[in-house]
Amino acid sequence: MALSTSSNFTKPDDAFRAVVEAHRGLNDEQSADLDAALVLILANHIGDLDVLREAIDLAKRRMIDAGQQQTQQQQ
Amino acid sequence: MAQAKTQFGYRRHPDQDHAGANVAEYPVVVVGAGPVGLSLAIDLAQRGQGVVLLDDADRIGEGSRAICFSKRSLEFWDRLGVGQRMVDKGVVWSVGKIFHGNSQLYQFNLLPEQGHRRPAFINLQQFYAEAYLVDRVEELPAIDLRWRNKVVGLEQRNDDVALTIATPDGHYRLHANFVVACDGARSSLRQMVGAEFVGQMFEDQFLIADVRMAAEFPTERWFWFDPPFHAGRSALLHKQPDDIWRIDLQLNRYADPAAEKLPENVRPRLARMLGHDKFDFEWISLYKFQCRRMDRFIHGRVIFAGDAAHQVSPFGARGANSGLEDAENLSWKLDRVLRRLSPQSLLESYHAERSAAADENIRESTRSTDFMAPNSHQEARLRKAVLSLARETEFGKRMVNAGRLSVPSVYETPLSTADGDAWAGGPRPGTSMPDAPLSARLGDRVFLTEAFIRQGTGFTLLEFGNGAATEAPKGPGVIRIGGEDGFRDTEGLAGARYDAAPGTAYLLRPDGYVAARFRHPTRAAVDAALARASGLN
Repeated sequence: MALSTSSNFTKPDDAFRAVVEAHRGLNDEQSADLDAALVLILANHIGDLDVLREAIDLAKRRMIDAGQQQTQQQQ
Repeated sequence: MAQAKTQFGYRRHPDQDHAGANVAEYPVVVVGAGPVGLSLAIDLAQRGQGVVLLDDADRIGEGSRAICFSKRSLEFWDRLGVGQRMVDKGVVWSVGKIFHGNSQLYQFNLLPEQGHRRPAFINLQQFYAEAYLVDRVEELPAIDLRWRNKVVGLEQRNDDVALTIATPDGHYRLHANFVVACDGARSSLRQMVGAEFVGQMFEDQFLIADVRMAAEFPTERWFWFDPPFHAGRSALLHKQPDDIWRIDLQLNRYADPAAEKLPENVRPRLARMLGHDKFDFEWISLYKFQCRRMDRFIHGRVIFAGDAAHQVSPFGARGANSGLEDAENLSWKLDRVLRRLSPQSLLESYHAERSAAADENIRESTRSTDFMAPNSHQEARLRKAVLSLARETEFGKRMVNAGRLSVPSVYETPLSTADGDAWAGGPRPGTSMPDAPLSARLGDRVFLTEAFIRQGTGFTLLEFGNGAATEAPKGPGVIRIGGEDGFRDTEGLAGARYDAAPGTAYLLRPDGYVAARFRHPTRAAVDAALARASGLN
């Protein structure tokens, strides 16, 4: 596994806060634009396709889990 | 507007009077006298094969179609004796500029280094390329070019293929050891062998217009995303010979092709782009495209090349150029098989190498197309992010995809001998040979690609001398750089591009691809690599 999922920030709250604050005052469309740019900037910084793919897999897995939960709730 | 540039006459051939047991038999019949079929026929003829070249039309013409011919294609055409004529007529270019809205995002140079005989690209209308190739064909008695000969029947037999051909004088039959189908995207031979041709169809429509005008734009490839004159879409401007300019505009998916093609509708659009309306139309065409390839390029004794075998989007100049790469890849192999120097299985490497190249071309051109015409809101959003990042970051510029222009593929192929020595650079096996400037003994400048042509049409051993000539293997031609009698690497570029040290040798295939390389070649190692590259193991 090339992707690091251990906690890398000394103060993780600061990192989360920085992202949250970046979206303050933006509408959904602007937020989505910001995220798109942010993803590309960070992906380039990482510069490793294997890490990027693992990160995408991890992020997608959340979505699939969430989708399944929703389906189960509906049943 | 669109006119046939050259008309050729149908001539009745004595073969048409042969029937039954007397049907004429040829080693190779090539079907389709486009750039790929013509080039293949010339290459085969120069190797000593008799070729019948059939075409169902009797003229060249109708629009520019392909316009960008790559360095690799020009080097192939040099071997066929037509490269200089193409370059003399063509518009040489290597710089591309990308604009977003009103401003330039960045520019690229496809051949930033000196010391190559040929430029990165020339732009030349396809009808000129075809006309020059036909002129060359007419110098070669081994090629029998028959216009208005349409293949209407094909029967695969054990040792040959029986073709039925329709002409203005009726049908006749021919037998061929091998048939090469270069009959284009709508290949009728492909249908005759029952092969599927499936892939991805793109919904977006593009308008191509070739216009004649006197203009001061530089000879560069200009590409716009979301230009002020064509809001929300993309546009391309490119120069061709004779004051002709290629303009390519992305249209709405739902645009009505018949209406969009009308000159009175195209004119105001282009006038906004060019800032004036002092231009005449040469050709207007509206197209959608598909990216697809045949599963197998070889069906028994029928071999497919060019658009008949694979189709890509036009962004990247990967259509005609990849077809020409097919031709150069196939001809030496077919020649060896016909001479029984190599087993028929050598042809399998044509399929392996060129179908992998087709996959690469399809992948690249699909990515370009998706970038130009995003498929969803989120794709459009990511593109927008790339375009805005490109203004201030290097990585953003490199993500902008306005067509990745054709470069020769690197083959992972059983014909290559894996490196056994340490290399810090240079072309690895499966890579096409880079050019380099050399000096002949008398001081004349000679390019490596010229030296390659001069020493023959077979395999070549490129040796970097160490003072004493090494024992030459039997068979391949030799190019020696350095030593007492070799070319001089005055500028040091050959040595640098080939990561050469005294004793270094490269074994080059007849198509100019590296088959093997050695720091200190032994006769046995070179012979083994030769055998492998010839399909003899």
